[in-house]
Amino acid sequence: MPFRVFLFRTALLTGGLIAAGGFAAAGFAQDKSSDPAAQQPAANAAPAAPAAAEEEKPYKIAPDGTVDWAVYNGFRRYNGICYVCHGPDGEGSSFAPALVDSLKTLSFDQFLETVVNGKETVNTASDKKMPALGSDPNVMCYINDIYAYLKARSDGAVGRGRPAKFEKKTKDYADAEASCMGTPG
Amino acid sequence: MPRLLRVSGTALALVLAMAAVPTIASANDELLKLQKDPNQWTQPAGDYANTRYSALKQITTANVKNLQPAWTFSTGVLRGHEGGPLVIGDMMYIHAPFPNTVYALDLANNGKIVWKYEPKQDPNVIPVMCCDTVNRGVAYGDGMIFLHQADTTLVALDAKTGKVAWSAKDGDATKGETGTSAPLVVKNLVLIGNSGGEFGVRGHVSAYDIKTGKLVWQAHSMGPDADTLMDPVKTTALGKPVGKDSGISTWQGDQWKIGGGTTWGWISYDPETNLIYYGTGNPSTWNPVQRPGDNKWSMTIFARDADTGMAKWVYQMTPHDEWDYDGVNEMILTDQKFGGKDRKLLVHFDRNGFGYTLDRVTGELLVAEKYDPAVNWATKIDLKTGLPERDKKFSTEANGEDVNSQGICPAALGSKDQQPAAFSPETGLFYVPTNHVCMDYEPYKVAYTAGQPYVGATLSMYPAPGGDHLGNFIAWDAEKGKIVWSIPEPFSVWSGALATAGGVVFYGTLEGYLKAVDAKTGKELYKFKTPSGIIGNVNTFTSKGKQYVAVLSGVGGWAGIGMAAGLTNPQEGLGAVGAYQSLSQYTQLGGTLTVFALPD
Repeated sequence: MPFRVFLFRTALLTGGLIAAGGFAAAGFAQDKSSDPAAQQPAANAAPAAPAAAEEEKPYKIAPDGTVDWAVYNGFRRYNGICYVCHGPDGEGSSFAPALVDSLKTLSFDQFLETVVNGKETVNTASDKKMPALGSDPNVMCYINDIYAYLKARSDGAVGRGRPAKFEKKTKDYADAEASCMGTPG
Repeated sequence: MPRLLRVSGTALALVLAMAAVPTIASANDELLKLQKDPNQWTQPAGDYANTRYSALKQITTANVKNLQPAWTFSTGVLRGHEGGPLVIGDMMYIHAPFPNTVYALDLANNGKIVWKYEPKQDPNVIPVMCCDTVNRGVAYGDGMIFLHQADTTLVALDAKTGKVAWSAKDGDATKGETGTSAPLVVKNLVLIGNSGGEFGVRGHVSAYDIKTGKLVWQAHSMGPDADTLMDPVKTTALGKPVGKDSGISTWQGDQWKIGGGTTWGWISYDPETNLIYYGTGNPSTWNPVQRPGDNKWSMTIFARDADTGMAKWVYQMTPHDEWDYDGVNEMILTDQKFGGKDRKLLVHFDRNGFGYTLDRVTGELLVAEKYDPAVNWATKIDLKTGLPERDKKFSTEANGEDVNSQGICPAALGSKDQQPAAFSPETGLFYVPTNHVCMDYEPYKVAYTAGQPYVGATLSMYPAPGGDHLGNFIAWDAEKGKIVWSIPEPFSVWSGALATAGGVVFYGTLEGYLKAVDAKTGKELYKFKTPSGIIGNVNTFTSKGKQYVAVLSGVGGWAGIGMAAGLTNPQEGLGAVGAYQSLSQYTQLGGTLTVFALPD
């Protein structure tokens, strides 16, 4: 089933998608060409200086704790799929790393590359294997949200469990979601 | 009840020698004999009836306090170790999670490794195993050890040499179909069930010829009658014919093709009725709104003819599941008094929190009561219709997509998962390892892609209201449907129990304790902390005339996912926040067998 990932933060993300290859690359080549920011090499898109990283925060959290829809939906999607290995709220399990720690050093590009293509460390001491999720719409249509949520967790901006207050889903989001998932909006 | 049969060394050798004679009925006859010999542990569940009871009584309520570790053995594998070893004669067979190593140890020779088997499997199977890379054990029959590998391969190994006699591929791991269940040998057949309900796999049980590995029959959980091996007239549900294509008629469109109902639990067998019994798992996806209908025959107890696979009766416990309450837990077959009459019973502790007692010949529902008082999704089960009376408040279907239904008990883990209970014919009680965990559950729309997760709900789990513990080990009266005694445990009890004629019941805990309690009172008599958390099943056997108790430790499984990080409690009002410390503060990974004995 063909589907497209929809991007809300194109400038931040397209570099990563190209690097990620697989299903993403074909679907995004067009989006990218129309976006000047995306012409930059992938390496430049990764957070470098603290000041830049500050600007590139993929989440918004209001002073009263209200999280944006991305973080809220990221929580839902993460805890519906990723948690079976990475544990509740990104805290890790007996056999997969705690992403709240991993995202302290992992760039978005590296994160996306791993999600799309998977990762394998299978030897005498370890049998860690991350699946390639690049063809899974339930993951890829929401990858920005999942990243936003995990980054917010990793930065300590949101705690464990379900965020109590969150912004509503916008119409634009719902339309993009329907188009990505191939379902009526 | 099995008669106690003390077998001398010579007689035992004779039994084993007879096993080598290749006649079709031999495996069955041999296993029927072997299961009566308490000196050996010849089936994953102890016996065909899945009682996990041993007639051994050297270890008693009086002396168990002196128990001590006699020897240990590392499997060399880190992840979750479910199941337990077999003991056939002087040989012990130990299995491990992926890569599914099997060891044969010579008990007469200080546990020397006689052979080791390690299959080469594509590591891509690792992440499509929903809840850790567990395996629930090997089976023995006809001089062979049968291993159901993660990649769904069923392999027959010569019990003496470990040499591969045959192998058969049961499913397609690239579509998320995996193998975790222990095989069961019945007559000339080796039976296995499949895993992968979280990937939209369609459940089935397969029967392979013990000599050749050829598929003899395969019975799906849903689909047309030809797939489900059901007769519209002769197959009954609570006494009524199921009708034509009952495995399709309660599904929307083609959804049954990715309908779940996998069969990863335990299979039991009654040689008198020649029926096998097992349960089916959750319908896929976890989002109930997306799959209207009763979703038959997910969440169902099946009674099938062992030779042909034809279904005799079915009972669907949780029609149109809304909570992931798989029905795969073991079916314990007992001959007990019920209402003053001798009945052939089937007792089942379902994930949905109800303990069911049925007539295993007819499928009549006799008792259905909560075995954890916290259970709230249904008020009761109507014994006539078999239907649960659901509480709307906890219905994730009624509340709908994108709504977080709160405070549902039990959690998706169930009041009990696959960790098998035990039955003692002496007390007439069942000993049940349980979870005491509740959840919030929010279903949402998902799309199906072959080989990718097909889940469709976000869950958070937390201790049941008012409690400060996540598990109980209980004694259950299946006639009355009542808890007799209950031992609170800080974490879910995820280990299979063992009941013995010595009046002692054994189980393991997630922190790693092997515990021995009094079968009558539940009083703790002994505990020892093994190297890692226990999700394996306890067994017992003799070697050189001395009774041993053995258990695999090695934390992991679903318990390792849900609890390694500690549970959250989003409902601040319940006051349990901070009452828990994470399991990782008590135990770490590592597969080890610990064998216990009384001092000489």
